[in-house]
This record gives sequence, structure tokens and C-alpha cells, in this order.
Amino acid sequence: MAYTEDDLKKELDNKEYKYGFYTDIESDTFPVGLNEDIVRAISLKKNEPEWMTNWRLEAFKAWQEMIEPEWANVHYKKPNFQDISYYSAPSKKPKYDSLDEVDPELLDTFKRLGISLDEQKKLAGVAVDVVMDSVSVTTTFKKTLAEKGIIFCSMSEAIQEHPELVKKHLGTVVPQKDNFYAALNSAVFSDGSFCYIPKGVRCPMELSTYFRINQAGTGQFERTLVVADEGSYVSYLEGCTAPSRDENQLHAAVVELIALDDAEIKYSTVQNWYPGNKEGKGGVYNFVTKRGICEKNAKISWTQVETGSAVTWKYPSCILKGDNSVGEFYSIAVTNNFQQADTGTKMIHIGKNTKSTIISKGISAGVSQNSYRGLVQINSKAENARNFSQCDSLLMGDKCGAHTFPYIEAKNKTARVEHEATTSKIGEDQIFYCNQRGIDTEKAIALIVNGFSKEVLNKLPMEFAVEAQKLLEISLEGSVG
Amino acid sequence: MELKDKLLSSFLAFEENVDMHTDIHEIRSRAIKDFEEMGFPTKKQEAWKYTSLNKVLKHDYTVFPKKEDTIDYRDVEKYFIDDIDTYKIVFIDGIYASHLSATTHEKIDACLMSSALNSSKYKPIIDNYFNTVAPKESLTSLNTAFSREGAFINIPKNTMADKPIQVINFSTGNESALLVQPRNLIVVGENSHVQIIERHQSLTDHPVLTNSVTEIYADKRAIVDYYKIQNDNHQASLIDNTFIEQHRESNCSVHTFSFGGNLTRNNLNFYQKGERIDSTLKGITVIGEKQHVDHNTLVHHMEPNCESHQDYKGVFAESSTGVFNGKIIVNKEAQKTNAFQANNNILLDDKATINSKPQLEIFADDVKCSHGCTIGQLDDDSLFYLRSRGVPLKEARALLMYAFANNVLESVKIPELKTRITKIIALKLGVNVGYSL
Repeated sequence: MAYTEDDLKKELDNKEYKYGFYTDIESDTFPVGLNEDIVRAISLKKNEPEWMTNWRLEAFKAWQEMIEPEWANVHYKKPNFQDISYYSAPSKKPKYDSLDEVDPELLDTFKRLGISLDEQKKLAGVAVDVVMDSVSVTTTFKKTLAEKGIIFCSMSEAIQEHPELVKKHLGTVVPQKDNFYAALNSAVFSDGSFCYIPKGVRCPMELSTYFRINQAGTGQFERTLVVADEGSYVSYLEGCTAPSRDENQLHAAVVELIALDDAEIKYSTVQNWYPGNKEGKGGVYNFVTKRGICEKNAKISWTQVETGSAVTWKYPSCILKGDNSVGEFYSIAVTNNFQQADTGTKMIHIGKNTKSTIISKGISAGVSQNSYRGLVQINSKAENARNFSQCDSLLMGDKCGAHTFPYIEAKNKTARVEHEATTSKIGEDQIFYCNQRGIDTEKAIALIVNGFSKEVLNKLPMEFAVEAQKLLEISLEGSVG
Repeated sequence: MELKDKLLSSFLAFEENVDMHTDIHEIRSRAIKDFEEMGFPTKKQEAWKYTSLNKVLKHDYTVFPKKEDTIDYRDVEKYFIDDIDTYKIVFIDGIYASHLSATTHEKIDACLMSSALNSSKYKPIIDNYFNTVAPKESLTSLNTAFSREGAFINIPKNTMADKPIQVINFSTGNESALLVQPRNLIVVGENSHVQIIERHQSLTDHPVLTNSVTEIYADKRAIVDYYKIQNDNHQASLIDNTFIEQHRESNCSVHTFSFGGNLTRNNLNFYQKGERIDSTLKGITVIGEKQHVDHNTLVHHMEPNCESHQDYKGVFAESSTGVFNGKIIVNKEAQKTNAFQANNNILLDDKATINSKPQLEIFADDVKCSHGCTIGQLDDDSLFYLRSRGVPLKEARALLMYAFANNVLESVKIPELKTRITKIIALKLGVNVGYSL
């Protein structure tokens, strides 16, 4: 019997979230609600110095006066911020020397996620700083990194051990008052990763963090800060999967990248939070602020593969402050069922001879809505600034939508800006061509989507490219062409 | 007094002045209420993000102009396209100037809105089409509230207008700042064809604000070519709202040539309500000094198998600002849509600014939609090529700019108009290249 569109649809409907399970680890969870005391308590719990407490309180005050942004092309039930517990940490948190000592239940979780730590240690050479419900549980390869003078640890550890670095850089790229979610994050962030690469050092391995949301009704507020000192290089990977949950979970992370003169930071993300079931129930709200600043001759490159979350609101940006600095943004955003994504980038050209490249691929299926929203701003002092943007959208089925909202602002006569966007569907002739050669329709779609996304997938580090490709297939399996 | 309050209080006096039949009265009253609610647009609104009306609204505009008939044809001759025979509908300060006009009621109607509003002969047309295409927006509502005069063009079924129609609005504002609000209605019947040239021209140094609304209704297989020339002086601001409703297999094109004025805002909206429709939106903008030109376009594809083509070229010198805000919406039903949008800009000076926002909102999967936007400079190699062959710098630059704008000029279907536009561009660039491209 021929494989029909209905079959595909049925399969798509039955597709359940592969990574949906819940680990029962005794959690040390705060009561729900948010007020000044909670902010103080979080700070106290983490044994933070006074300046950090004040910094949080400042952010909290600002947040109270802010209102939730509504301009994004997404519709959702706003989370009640007084209904969330703002701190949750696995209660057993000893510092392990080896993996054997780690809670076996946790290890099992990772195995089911397919991220066996020891395997990764051996095969991929990736140092993993695992964040499970906000507190860093284990850090590997720390010694290797320490020899080079690289600091790679959890944010709370950094606040204790390297306060001068944190104090100097925290909030310089994304100020506390930047936006509603950044302010919230600044006030209540529980943990995150901190990374410092000293002058002239090339980080010998890919740094990686796995984030997971694990506690029912717990919002997760990660704070990541990466500082690459003059002439250094680092590639940072971030990947996430989250267990299946009915109520909506909030994720409001802040990532700050600082690339000093001649430094280069490569930041890659694979995001696969729980997208909600096929009726659009549940799923993670992902409201993330990511921004990097480039000094002279520096380069920041964002690569993201977004397949999860019910609602995504994310604009990794580059401030090209120094002369000759380079910003890059490569993105694949896949939405299926009732997912909504409003994502893109901002490239702010301030320095002379700055360059930026934006490649965005949006794939929408089911009844999802996928928007690209990007800003390219050439300031009046940015001589010879150059930008190239390309946004391609692929639509599968006639119930989804693809939208493009580029903002282009040029104030310098030497600026050269190009923007192009296309929208199309998978051609019947393409599928026919594959069928003819014995490739069934579903595989053909995977093949074509892969080709469509190739430009971005190529930018991912090897270890990640495989996982990303797998994710693309999982999230699009069964989509109608 | 704030302009908004002044307008609201003037409305009563205005209503007494123009006592017309009740349907229109109702539409007006509703419109003024809508305007009162919405007020003037501000930069906080997404559609007005890059254009502020604050400076323009500061002036104390009078809404009741005096009748002005001292203007002689010879004084304003240069503003007409006079080398071809045309129908002319001319207004001075919003009041019909019969001595400059040439209207008709033979076969087609090219006459006045006021007479159409008052005559029972046109009542069915007014009832059917007046204020039906224009959406509820603040400036449109303001215009509707004060609508009394403008061009009324009615082309019946199976008729080809024998000559182009020129609609020219002069403003004198001899005593003070002036607000004029022309209201045009153009109804083109099945299989009919019309060409219209529209121009707003200020003859004074007093600030003039024109808030014009044009509704165009194109029935099945109608062909409408609309040309807008905007080459006003530095005190004149123009907010042009044009709404076009197209039906099955109709073909409408609007060309906007913006060369002057203080602040120019073009709201150009196409609604495609039938299959196999073709819409064309093209524009050339060449401005300098502190001028500001904003093109805000919308093409709404509602039915399958339609096409739209947008091509906007801009050259910005000195401290001028250009805005392009183009939106294409493709409904779920509008499969097989082909929608193209291009916006190319050249920045000549350091203080010039371009803000471009080409948007696509697509809900159908079997479509071909693309948009492109570029900002750049004249190519140095090309300039060198011309200069090495003895073309002076200024002329070489002008020549390249002509080439840049040429594919918009090419689609102008009235040769005399094309020549005129070419001349205006040459004047604007301060050269005589001796070519007519």
C-alpha cells in the first residue's frame, strides 16, 4: 500500500517526546512566589558576597517596574511569576572526584538521554559541566583546563573563587535592566557556567554544558558568562533536553559573551526542550537573552539548532564594537505541532570594517508558527561595514506559517547591506526524484531538510552535528511534504 | 491648542458648512469618533517606528481655506504634463479650480467628489464604494471625517478611458499654515482601463500638510495604472493613503516618484480579493537635505494564483532619511501565490539614513515569496570606467544612478511622463546627461 499523507499525519500525531521522563531526586525547593526576601534567600543560600546580593536586588527592583514584552509574534498564556519556585537544587551535592560516586539515578538519567559521561569523556574529549536543576553536579576535565589557566566552572563557584572577574564582566553585555526576562534572570539566577580563557590561549577542547529542567513547576534561570581574553579562542557547546511536563515551564536564561581584542568565541546551541504534546498542551517557554560583545579584531559566532520549546523568544546578538570585528549567526529553527518560535539576531555595527553574516533557516510543520526577527544596524561611525543576511523558510503542510521581520538601519554611506529571504515548500518533483530511486517519502523529506539546513549544520562542531541531525529528524519525522 | 483638539472642535463647524445627505454624515461622525479614540500615530506604533509626525503636527494649521482663484494657468503650467492631451481635475487649497480643469462626463466620469456626493445619479456608487476599501486607521478616519472634495473617477464596464487623467492639488496657504485633506474615489468597472497621474504641489512658503486618501476599486479584469509625483517644496508634508481593492484577473500598478517635500509618508495598501490578480508597486526616491520619505506598503494575498511585484529604489543624500516598510501577507487560502519584493538603496552622504523593514507573513505552503533588500554605494569600478572615458565625476555618478533606477522607470507606460520624470531626476542630481533613458 502506498504511503499516503494521512499515514504521515497519523505518525506525526503519535509522535511523543522521546526524552520525556522524570527523575526523582530529593530537591531542596523554595516556596513559590517572588519577593525581595526570596531574592535575598537565594543569594544567602549560595553564600554570595554582599555586592552580588545588591546586584540581584537592583535587578529585582528594576524588574518590578517592567512589563512583559508583547511585541513578539507568539501567543501564549503568560506565566504567573508568583506561581514559580525560584530555587531548586539537588539536595545531595557533594563534590565528586570520579563518576562512580555520582548518584546512580542521575547517571541513569544521562544514559537515557544518550549522554553517557564517561563515554563522552573518552570519545569526544568534551568537558561536561552538568547543570541539573541549577546546581553544578560534576565537572570533568577541569585539571586539563586548569593547566592552561582556563577557568571553567559553575557561576556560583566563580562568584566565590573569582569574584574580581565576575564583578568586572557580569552584566556588562546584558545589563540587569536590559529587558523583562533579563532583569528577572539577574534577580533570581540560580546557577550557570562561567568560563575565562586567558590571554593567547587556545582552548584545547570544546566546552560543553547540558541543561535540564527537572523539577515540576520550577523555572530555570541560567546565567552564563564567557570571557575570552586577548588573542584567545574558545568553542562552547550548549545542549538541552527536558522531561515531559503538563504545566508550562519557564526558562529565562541570560548568556553573555565577551571577546576582547583578537579573541574568538564560537557558541553553539542545540535546544530540545519539551515542545508540548500534539494538542499544544504543556511545553517549555524559552525566553532567552543572549548577547556578545566584540572588541578589536574579535569574532563571535552563534550557531543554534532550535527544535524544542512550546514558545521560543530568542535573539542571540553581536555588538561589533571594535574595528574589524566579525559577527556570525547561523540558525535552524524547526517548529512542529503547536510550537511557536520568534527568533533571530541583532548585529550592531559600531566599529570600522565590521562584518556580519546571518544565515537563518526556518522549517515549520503542523500548525506551528515560525518567525525570523532580526536587526542589522550600521551606526554612523561604522565605516565599510558589511552585512549579508539570508533567511529561508520551508513550509510543510498548509496550516503552518512562516514570517520574516527584518529591520535594517543604515546610517553610514559606506555600508553594504544585503538581505534576502525566500519561502518555499518541498517540491513534489524533489520527492518524486527520491521515490524514483527507491527512497521513501519520509526519508526523502529528511534528506531534503538536511540539504536545506546544511549551511548551518556545517558550522556545528563535529560532536554536535550528529546530535543536531538526529534532532532534526526526530522533530520532523512524519511531517507532510 | 493641540492640533487634535482643534480638529475635533472644527468638525462641528465643518459639518454645518457642508450639509449633505445623511449616509455620509453618519460615516463622517463615526470617523471623527474613531479619530478621537486613536489620535495621531506615534513612534510607539510599529508602523510608525521610523517616522515621527511631531514636528509636522506642531504647526497651527487652518482647516478652512479661502477660495483662491488668482492663480493663472501660466504660473502653474510647469506642474502639468502638458505635452499630451489629458483630463484634468485641479484643486487649489482643496477647492475645485474650474479654470484650470478639464473634466468630463462623456463615457467616463472624471469629476468632483463634492458633486458625486451631492448628486442622486452617483448615489449608488457612493453607497457601494465610498469608505469601503479604506480601513479604520487614525489618519484615514481623520480624512473621512473631513471628506468633502477630491477627484471622483468612475469608469463604467467595458470602457477604456480615452486619455490619461491628471489630478493636481495646489496649495497656497497664503495667510497661514494649511491642512488639506483631499478624498479621491476611483471605481473602475469590468474590463475597463484607466491611467491616472496624481501630483501635490505647494506654491507657498507656509507649511502645508496634506492628508490624502485615495480609494481605488478595480473590478474584474480592470487595468489601472496610477502614477504619483511627489516633488514638493521643503515646507510641504504629505501623508498619502492609497487603498486598492482588486478583483478577479485585474491588474493594478502604482508608481510613486518621491523627489521632494519635507516629510512624505506613503501608505499603499493592496487587497487582492479574487484569483489571478496582478499587483505592481514601484517607486523611485531621490532626496537630500533633511527630507524624509517613508514608503509603507502592504500587499494582502487572499486568493490563490495571484502575483505581486514590488520594486523600490532609493538614493539618499545629505541628511535625508529613507524608510521602507513593506509587508506581504499570504493567507492560508492563497496557494500558488508569487510575491516579490525588492528594496535597493544607495547612501551618498554620511548623515543620510535608511531604515528598511521588508516583512513576509506567510500562512500558505505552496507559494513562492521572496524579498531582498540592499544598501550600498555606487560601484567604484564602474565610476572609474566612465571617468577613464572622459565622463566627469558628477555626470558619471548621475549616469550610474539612472541605471540604478531604470527598471522602475521602464515600466512607466506613458512616454511623456517617463521623459518628465527623467528630467526631474536630472534636475535633482544637478546634471544634464543628455540621455533620455
